[in-house]
Amino acid sequence: MKEIRIHGRGGQGSVTAAELLSIAAFTDGKFSQAFPAFGVERRGAPVQAFMRLDDAPIRVRSQIYEPDYVIVQDPTLLDVVNVTGGLKETGALIINTKESADAFKNLDTKAKIMTVDATKIAMDVIGVPIVNTILLGAFAAATGEVAVESIQEAVKERFAGKVGEKNAEAIRIAYDFVKGVMNA
Amino acid sequence: MAVNPNDKSKMVVVEGSYAVAHAAKVARPQVISAYPITPQTHIVEDLSQFMADGDIPNCEYINVESEFSAISALIGASATGARTYSATTSQGLFLMHEALFNASGMRLPIVMTVVNRAVGAPINIWNDQQDSIAQRDSGWIQLYAEDTQEAADMVLQAFKICEDKNVLLPIMVCMDGFVLSHVYEPVVLMDQKEADEYLPPFKPDHYLDPKNPMSFGTLGDPSVYTEFRYMQEQAMKNALSVIEKAADDFKKVTGRYYGGLIEGYELDDAEVVVVSFGSILGTIKDVVDEYRANGEKIGVLKVRSFRPFPTEAINNALKNAKAIVVIEKDISIGRNEGALFTEIKAGLYNTPTRIPMTSYMVGHGGRDIRTSHIKEIIEATKKVAETGKIDVESQFNEVKEDLL
Repeated sequence: MKEIRIHGRGGQGSVTAAELLSIAAFTDGKFSQAFPAFGVERRGAPVQAFMRLDDAPIRVRSQIYEPDYVIVQDPTLLDVVNVTGGLKETGALIINTKESADAFKNLDTKAKIMTVDATKIAMDVIGVPIVNTILLGAFAAATGEVAVESIQEAVKERFAGKVGEKNAEAIRIAYDFVKGVMNA
Repeated sequence: MAVNPNDKSKMVVVEGSYAVAHAAKVARPQVISAYPITPQTHIVEDLSQFMADGDIPNCEYINVESEFSAISALIGASATGARTYSATTSQGLFLMHEALFNASGMRLPIVMTVVNRAVGAPINIWNDQQDSIAQRDSGWIQLYAEDTQEAADMVLQAFKICEDKNVLLPIMVCMDGFVLSHVYEPVVLMDQKEADEYLPPFKPDHYLDPKNPMSFGTLGDPSVYTEFRYMQEQAMKNALSVIEKAADDFKKVTGRYYGGLIEGYELDDAEVVVVSFGSILGTIKDVVDEYRANGEKIGVLKVRSFRPFPTEAINNALKNAKAIVVIEKDISIGRNEGALFTEIKAGLYNTPTRIPMTSYMVGHGGRDIRTSHIKEIIEATKKVAETGKIDVESQFNEVKEDLL
């Protein structure tokens, strides 16, 4: 089983990202489960969403404390939330930021750190600073757990028409960027 | 278990609430009335969408200003012979409390999903099972679902159970709030043909009809009142076998089976048995698998039906254990234990079975239950099995001393 924790702020679509990732993982032939850290959601407040994927049906219902992967939608969260808490050494941390991964080497984790300027991609391609789906593209590239095409498909299914198309395009850019960094 | 890996090709990933709303839709309800309240809201939103899209033919969706009106509307509708559905939770269920007894006393087969949530004060929107447990004596059948597939399928089974002429009692299908209502996971959405094959139209013998006037819920003076309660109790007793049959029939049509009244998991040779209900069972089963991998004889007893309480089935399932532990998300304040523990003990009292039994109250107000918690509970129960001695009969699993 692989466990993923998504950190964001209320309104950034962390829960939607977890849901879309669960759909994409299922498309790839895995069993999956996505759920929010059930809170009284407020716009701007730190929130979490969780996602599990496995070859077998998933029964466990607790929150995720030792994730294989962590996605951070907003770099300012690093100052207020322990985003690396429990993150497995073998795992990966994906951060939306202008900075390169080197800027985060003081973080308390041995996991691989990948960064992507998802906000810039969002503004360039979609025209609004919504990065949740774009980070899933980065996740697909960094981890290989889910096919980028399955993520694009899930996003286009959820957001009809142009919005879905633009999101899919942005997802591919983030995917290619992270692949490029990894292959450099 | 609920999810059959062989069903994978038929599955889609949807929110638990959607799966439940879809199940209510294919049950062909004729009247729906509900008032939105977290975490039930998504179910009634999805049903409203189905209605707006014309996907629930011959159905009236009655918008109301409160839960009291929602259940009252369904009492009236059900009395005319209509198939009726609602969903609620927590304070909304409490606002229905008075009318719940009417629905049962009038023998109306209303199906209602209860999305289990804690109750105030303090205000809390998160999951525990205090809300439905507090309605224990209202004369409603209560079933508890383990995952979203079961919560959805249980809606179909519920109609089949409560409309049975030997039952005719309202029924709560209980599912853990957020944990099941807001989770996305793969489920099979039952198609209409399959639903129709399983669930025939509701054709009651007695219903309100201007051409054949009769009354429901009239005065019952001391000379007749006892017999109404007796007949409700008989109907509950009848429900025991009807619940089993509804599960068996469902398996024949869909291949899915979750147990009838109860369901054992790794139970046959189990020395330590963990008893519970609701979504926490999934977490417990994962932990039990770890113990089994080490050759330790730990098993699980899932209680599906809390009302009627399946005393005989539970006693039978537990009789070979060396120690029993009940894990539940409620409390009877002043008794320092949850309702399930109380009832299992009571059911065993006049039998030869004497097995040490303890209880842990967990997850109040949505506090997360981790596998480590379950392991601690099982470790403590293993000691009870070895020594036969109980230190603390019933306790809160976790109390933060610094907050007291």
